[in-house]
Amino acid sequence: MAKIKYIEHNGKEHVVEVQNGLTVMEGAVQNDIPGIDADCGGSMSCATCHVYVKEDWHDKLPKKEMGEDDMLDQAYEPNSSSRLSCQIMISDDLDGLSVYMPEKQI
Amino acid sequence: MIKTDAVIVGAGPTGLFCAHQLGIIGLTCEIVDNLDKIGGQCIELYPDKPIYDIPAVPECTGEELINNLIEQIKPFKFNFHLNERVQELTNENDNWIVITTSGKRFQTPNVVIAGGVGSFEPRKFPTKSAEKFDGTSVLYSIKDKTIFKDKSVAIFGGGDSALDWTIELSNTSKVSLIHRRDEFRGAPASVQKIKELSEKNIINLFTNYSIKDVKGNGSLKGVEIKSEEGESKILKADYVLGFFGLIMQLGPIADWGLNLDKKTIPVNTKNFETNKKGIFAIGDICTYPGKLKLILSGFHEGALAARGCFKYARPNEKYRFEFTTASNTIKDRLGVK
Repeated sequence: MAKIKYIEHNGKEHVVEVQNGLTVMEGAVQNDIPGIDADCGGSMSCATCHVYVKEDWHDKLPKKEMGEDDMLDQAYEPNSSSRLSCQIMISDDLDGLSVYMPEKQI
Repeated sequence: MIKTDAVIVGAGPTGLFCAHQLGIIGLTCEIVDNLDKIGGQCIELYPDKPIYDIPAVPECTGEELINNLIEQIKPFKFNFHLNERVQELTNENDNWIVITTSGKRFQTPNVVIAGGVGSFEPRKFPTKSAEKFDGTSVLYSIKDKTIFKDKSVAIFGGGDSALDWTIELSNTSKVSLIHRRDEFRGAPASVQKIKELSEKNIINLFTNYSIKDVKGNGSLKGVEIKSEEGESKILKADYVLGFFGLIMQLGPIADWGLNLDKKTIPVNTKNFETNKKGIFAIGDICTYPGKLKLILSGFHEGALAARGCFKYARPNEKYRFEFTTASNTIKDRLGVK
């Protein structure tokens, strides 16, 4: 279980507890948090669950798999802090993680 | 005006199988899709990915699934209208008039929306200033490459489209290729070629840059690019091309007066009709209690929607349930003995 803070582009914060084994994307979708579309349902086939993660968290997150950066190329305003939230699996280590939503997904 | 028993919007697996079911019960249909090929997400997003949950098919790729579905509806000789998006839907004397982006018109009692998460559209530049040049000097696809001859062209993206066009246009134009990171997702041979062209100064390569602004009043003069560190450069450009892949947008479907729940259309589970008589929604785009976004659910939904279409297409006939194993009528429709 990890407490995850989802921050909308307008600054609105949502803090929810997400079970281990779910993804950051699922944590948002299951709790009706706006800003993450996840059109493809988590199969790393689109770039609509794009979030930014602050630099101090980069090394603590599960590493990017092959293909994640390729999908991020197709996201809205990606940068070096960008991740696909469907690829971040929740574990106790992620307790306290904040993710920032882009202005839009599509 | 094309008259038909049903128009299917979307040529993904769900739309294709619904067409099959319409054919089996003796109805005609026309299939419209915004992509230039048949197959929807299966072909556009994951042609090579194996799928493991198609009933009785332990494993197949998206492409194999679509090829089999196309094969399965061949006997019915239905028409596909690709590269066309359904734009307008209006009601006229118990019929729907369906108009596509190219102006094709259909008259039909039934419209089956099998549109997945919406139609595939190119992802555009986030910069507002690019909008006023959209379609003239800011482009997301190339129809006529001769317009770039002897011009300065700025190409954004890191996939095959961006790389292939950079290589192609470098023969006749001054090309700059701009990508947000050092790595490219295009074919290794193309990446190698790009590096060679850059070393020989045939193209200008800018990695770790993205678009900041488009310059020019009336006509495009250049494009400003920025690095993540905040450094910016202005490049001369007559054309700016963006190749960021495709995104799915609900598009005009949102304007047809259908009830919507987020990006999905609520339906009844008896025949998958929407709040509008004769408009059905099946596959990922429909929603109802317990909905699963699986291809197999789309098949079931398509089979029931086809029976729903029968009522409006043949108001004076009674629908008769038949098995393909036993019915000679169905065997005739399939052209088998």
